[in-house]
Amino acid sequence: MSTKQRFSEFKKRMQPTIKEIKFTMKKILESPLSLAGVALVSFFIAISLLAPILAPPRDWKGYPLRDPFEIPRDPDEPYTTMPAPPTSKYPFGTTTGNLSIYYGCIWGTIYAFRLGLIVIAAVLTIGILLGLIAGFYGGIIGELIMRFTDIILAFPGLILTMALIVALNRAGWSNIDAAMLSIILVGWPGYTRLIRGEVLKVKTEDYIEAARASGASDLRIMVKHTLPNAIYPIVIVASLDIGSIVLFAAALSFLGLGAPPNYADWGQLINQAGDWVSYGLQYWWTFLLPGLFITLFCLGWNLLGDALRDILDPLYRRK
Amino acid sequence: MGLQDYIIRRLILMIPTILGVVVLIFAVLQMIPPESRASLYITDPKQFRNVGDVIKKYGLDQPVYVQFFAWLNQILHGNFGSSQLGGHKPVLTSFIDRLPATVEIVIYSAPLIVFFGIWLGTVSAVNRDKLPDHITRVTSILGTSLPSFFFGIILISIFVAQLKWTTLYRLSEQGKLLADISRGTFRLYTGLYTIDGLLNGNIPLFLDALKHLALPVLVLVFIQSATMVRVTRSSMLEALSRTYIVAARAKGLSRKEVIYKHARRNALIPVVTISGLLVGGMLTGLTITETVFNFGGIGQWAAQAAIQLDVSIVIFYAMFSALIFVISNLIVDILYAYIDPRIRLG
Repeated sequence: MSTKQRFSEFKKRMQPTIKEIKFTMKKILESPLSLAGVALVSFFIAISLLAPILAPPRDWKGYPLRDPFEIPRDPDEPYTTMPAPPTSKYPFGTTTGNLSIYYGCIWGTIYAFRLGLIVIAAVLTIGILLGLIAGFYGGIIGELIMRFTDIILAFPGLILTMALIVALNRAGWSNIDAAMLSIILVGWPGYTRLIRGEVLKVKTEDYIEAARASGASDLRIMVKHTLPNAIYPIVIVASLDIGSIVLFAAALSFLGLGAPPNYADWGQLINQAGDWVSYGLQYWWTFLLPGLFITLFCLGWNLLGDALRDILDPLYRRK
Repeated sequence: MGLQDYIIRRLILMIPTILGVVVLIFAVLQMIPPESRASLYITDPKQFRNVGDVIKKYGLDQPVYVQFFAWLNQILHGNFGSSQLGGHKPVLTSFIDRLPATVEIVIYSAPLIVFFGIWLGTVSAVNRDKLPDHITRVTSILGTSLPSFFFGIILISIFVAQLKWTTLYRLSEQGKLLADISRGTFRLYTGLYTIDGLLNGNIPLFLDALKHLALPVLVLVFIQSATMVRVTRSSMLEALSRTYIVAARAKGLSRKEVIYKHARRNALIPVVTISGLLVGGMLTGLTITETVFNFGGIGQWAAQAAIQLDVSIVIFYAMFSALIFVISNLIVDILYAYIDPRIRLG
């Protein structure tokens, strides 16, 4: 087969997929709410891509920062705990210790994406592996996996996460690593359950039996037949949970259990602004601006998620 | 299978979960080196000088399974260790001191969450794609996106700091109340200031306590009812599309009667199931809301303990909230089986 032939073959095979993607896009663009979600999420993706230009990770002398997530402090300015209102040097004003809120908000966006993507990738990997095993093989191993998810789900998430962070911290971990690991350790059971349920549903389908009858191995059935039919839709919808994961992490930072002070993290910025809230709206920029970033970020993902859940649900898709 | 058998089966199924919770908590504790774990049992700062003795006494250097049963024995006797916060008081004592504040918030917010959740969810579904539906949907999405601590901080900056309508904590003058209690002119019956205020006939105190509850309750209700609204809406929409609704309408029943008697009764079944989740959401929400408003309940207590790495309190709080969560899920399941015979007969 020539390359050209192969390409046209590929195009033919992909046609239904392309048609479905086009349909999904059309549906998204139809509803103003999901359109707003797309706009917000794109806005934040743009910010994180442009961050090195919007807020170059350099100290005030122009040298590159060791850790771009640590908000640089201008050494020539006298140290002050008082926040300063927005100026051209500090577009969003400063918070305790002459820290630029603008820098914190911009790099906080990257930090939010980084945390969200790492956590989602980790919990989905664990969820897919264990969910496939539990759903496909069942038996004692499956039962053990599911009982373990029950136990973790018996705790309100934030509270078990808090306990894990404290224990990891006592065991010598830094707060920020402990927070990320704890969020993952507490987060995977929900996805495992979801994926197991889907696998159980797909397992009884005729095409799986057909594959088995034609001699396909377990691994082939899992990877080739079960994965695309049971899991990809879940993965897409689950990845929209980034908003709620970031919200969760921000709550931990606000409580003082996430990012350290001076870190470009929205929740941490609000935690630092806590002292200035008692002055009413006098120092509004210290808490309103980082709070607006978190809220809009989560709003974007939730709007998009809401729309996609309906659009991707085969029961409602063509209605 | 009758309802009774169902309840017994669910109770038996609860045992492994609770056992698992205890084992998991023990595993979390085991991540901590014995020297730090010993602080659980230190009741007097002098003991820090010879931590080795404490480790020996409580067997913290023994094999894991021996330690597990020793620890289990301690917690079954109500010894959850002592906290480093608050002068090495036993954890259970300081927990009971702080419980009323939390109970008071819950008593006022839970009914409001259920009321607003079901009411707005119904309104939204009945007026699908009309203005009330759009407003409710946008508000409920906002409720799931707005961080509760940020909402709380905005409310504080406006109503506490700017307008000075109320203050943080549970009362404007806590000292005055304590003085009244020691003078014997005020009796604490429940520790819930609104109820005690009424029982003592102290109306100003009742109103003051109510004023202090308003903002934390508002935050909890706004954030927590969002999920309830969404679930009620979608299950109402599903119920309204059923053929028995068309049949009821065709029979000549009024729209109102069909919506509230036929559709909503069936739509509420999924809503009952998520009220279990609501309890978990409340426990989480309380931790943050109490911290923001410096309300002095068990949620704030646990959050403060976590920052100071006070293991005993955090571990106790995790076990307590898991127990509450498991029990409330059990109640929800029983309720579910009671209202929907398909569950217990199936």
